[in-house]
Order: sequence, then structure tokens, then C-alpha cells
Amino acid sequence: MNLTLKVWRQETRDSKGRIEVFPAKDIPSEASFLEMLDIVNERIIAEGGAPIHFDHDCREGICGMCSLTINGIPHGPESATTACQLHMRHFRDGDTIWIEPFRARAFPVLRDLVVDRTAFDRIIEAGGFISVRTGAAPDANTTPVPKEEADRAFDSATCIGCGACVAACKNSSAMLFVSAKVSHLNNLPQGRPEKNRRALRMVQAMDEEGFGNCSNLYECEAVCPKSIPADNIARLNRDYALAAARNALT
Amino acid sequence: MNALACMIGSFWDSSIGKKILVALTGIALLLFLSGHLAGNLLLFMGKDAINEYALWLHELAHGAAIWVARIGVLTALIVHVHLTIQLSIRNKAIRPNYSHPGTVQASRSSRMMIWSGLTILAFVLYHISHFTLRIGNDYNGGTYQTSLPGHEDKVLNVYQMMIDGFSHPANALFYIIAMTLLCSHLSHGFASVFQTLGLRSAKNGALIKQIGRAYALLIWIGFLSIPGAILFFGYGRP
Repeated sequence: MNLTLKVWRQETRDSKGRIEVFPAKDIPSEASFLEMLDIVNERIIAEGGAPIHFDHDCREGICGMCSLTINGIPHGPESATTACQLHMRHFRDGDTIWIEPFRARAFPVLRDLVVDRTAFDRIIEAGGFISVRTGAAPDANTTPVPKEEADRAFDSATCIGCGACVAACKNSSAMLFVSAKVSHLNNLPQGRPEKNRRALRMVQAMDEEGFGNCSNLYECEAVCPKSIPADNIARLNRDYALAAARNALT
Repeated sequence: MNALACMIGSFWDSSIGKKILVALTGIALLLFLSGHLAGNLLLFMGKDAINEYALWLHELAHGAAIWVARIGVLTALIVHVHLTIQLSIRNKAIRPNYSHPGTVQASRSSRMMIWSGLTILAFVLYHISHFTLRIGNDYNGGTYQTSLPGHEDKVLNVYQMMIDGFSHPANALFYIIAMTLLCSHLSHGFASVFQTLGLRSAKNGALIKQIGRAYALLIWIGFLSIPGAILFFGYGRP
């Protein structure tokens, strides 16, 4: 396949970025999107240029490191697919592909397509945990959890924290991420004692990190590589409202 | 009282809290719209029906009820508009634009909420100056006083105000544009209320969306029937 890439290049966090055009010739259709970038980078290096920087790790769709916005859609056109699991057969020969970093003020660009997503780590530090030891594996069987609740918690727990939800949101809102993390723990008996505190603190951390406000467009769930539904956001809104009301009234 | 103020204060300062206040004031405005529409449709019951209704509104609880309602709706409107403008400005400031933007499933209505909202706001200001404050017209004059069966004094001829008001094509056009954008605003806003208040789930999500759209469509048809009947079918015109 022969493609034209329009790639965001930015030398440092503070420098001004721009779109640069690269030809991507003779790309095998079975290559993944990141492998395609590897091929292009090998050629750039051979010509003495600086390769296109991008984040990646497992390349199996489970680590949440890849963070490309492809043709304006985080992780590209395939639903429930990370950029590393996106294959070039989904594009057509001769296509022009726009590749940009995940854009949000809270995710500053470090270089080219690499963004700093440590804001998510700080939100987790604010409440995305259970404070006390809940026991080893055998103890888990002594705590009955209804199937529906276990399913809901597990579905939320599949969030890999990639940040595509923020990148897709026109408000740079982190509500899908935060709601998935809150739902994961608030749905389980082990997480319930800290339910109110968790909702309040994680939302406060989210606001302080400079993420925006959800306006219910649901672009986040559409691009989420783990198909986390926006119902989580409704649940977080409810948990937060009840916790804030309780906090103010007691 | 202190606890309530404390709660509103904590909501006012947080992202989700602000959205909850927008949703609650949105509910107040949704309820107002249905009431306002029901009242307006009395136009089709004839001159005396709507004039009687207008008089009743103004005299309810010795004239206190209308002021309580006005202050309530105005407060809801101010909070709703203030917070949504504040949120929109902040959201825009923290989101750098893509060189090649893309959208997957967000509806057009949902993406233009602030613009439909601001147009509706402009319309509301005009509408209040037109029919409530009656600026730039002679609705306060003697020609708009009429008799009503069962009442000795002359009453305001709201019926004639509506007929004359919508006989102006420019008036009717602005009204039609505003009501169309209101329909768009409601089709996203109605369902959004449920999401923001945490009442939407996987089970009821689709139903809430459909009810929201149906409500928006009903409001649109209902309000448009008035200028439509007057301007295009000559209802009430000599």
C-alpha cells in the first residue's frame, strides 16, 4: 500500500508544533498501524532524519500506552480497538492519514505524538484504591458479590487508562475514565466503605488537573478501546451528588 | 438553611456540581415550557378563553403567584445560562483543536447546545420585551383593552396582541427559528438531565432519548402552530 501521512511534529513540550507530510510507500496491508510507523521511521532514520516519536508498549491492546489520534479519531476508525491493534487493511491504497497526538490541555505534548498522561495517575492516587487489605484469594470467596454487580465492576475495571476518552471529548473531560475507576471499586463490597470519599476526591483531583466538563455527547464511549459505557458517568454523577449532599448536610 | 446554602456552594464549585445545577434549572425551564405552551394553545379556544386565562394568571393569589413564578423562572434561567456559558468558555480554553477533527456518534444538536442556547436566550429577551414589557408597540394602549363576559372592567386583549404580533413576518420568522433551535436544544437537553442526575442506565437510556426527542418535537409543533395558523392560514385576522 502507498499512503501519505500528515503527522504532528513538535520538538519539545513548549515548542510550536506543525503538521509534516511523509510518504509511506510499500506498506504491507497486514502491518499494524504502529508497525507502519516503524517502517516509516526506519526510512527516516536511514535518511538521517529524526524519527516520529510515539508511545507504545505491549502492542497487544491491553496496556493503554498507544495514544494516536488517527483522522481525528483517537485510536483510529475501528471501534473497540487500540491503535496498536488497528491494521493497515482498514485503509485504502492511496489514502491520506492524519496522525495527531491525544489533544487536551491536561495531556501536554512531550514530543511529536507522545503526551504526558500522568494526570490520570494523580487522579488514581486521590481515591482509586481500597485503603485496607481486603484479604488474599481465599477470602474473596467469603465475600458474596451478586453476579450483576461483579459484571458491572469488571466491565469498568477493563479500562486501560489510555486517555482516548479525553482525547475524543470536545471538552477534554476525563469523566469516562474517572467514572470507570470509581464504578469499578464502588460496585464491590470491598470498595463500598470508601464510596463517598472516593467519588468526592477523584472528582476534585480531576477538576484540579484541568479536565473539562462532560456535556453528554458520548464520543468517549464511541472511541473507548474497551467499550466502557457512558452509563458509568451517570453512576458517578449520582455517587458524587449523594456524597456531596451528605458531606454538606452532616 | 445554612446546610442548603453550603450544599449549593459546594455544587457551584465543582464540575459535576455545576452540571447538576444546570440539569435542575433545566427541569424548571422544561416544566415552564409545557405550562406556557398549554396556556398559549388557549388561543385556539377563542378570544375570551385566552383573555380569561391571562387575567386569571395576573390575579391568582392577588397577583402574587405570577411574580413568584416569574422570579422562579428568571432565577432558573439566569443560573442555567450563567453556568453553561462559564462551562463552555472553560471547556473551549482547555481543548486544543485537531488539525483534522472527527466525530463518531455525537448528534448535531448536542454539538451546538451553546449556540442554540444563546439564540434562544436572545429570543427570550426579545419575547419578554415584546409581550411582557410591551416595548416598541402599543399593546399598553386603549385599543388592546377589551371586555370579557362576567367582568365589569376592561381587560388586556392578549388574543389581539398575539394575532397582531405574529402577523408581522419578521416576528414570526424569528419565532420559528428560535423554536426550531429550542427543539434541537431540548432533544439533547431532556436526555442530558437524566444522565447528569444519574438516572440514566443501559436499560432506560434508549427510552429516555426517544421521550426527549418526542417532547422536543411536541414543543416545536405546539409553539409553531400559533404563528403558522396566524401567518399562513390567517387565523384571527380580518
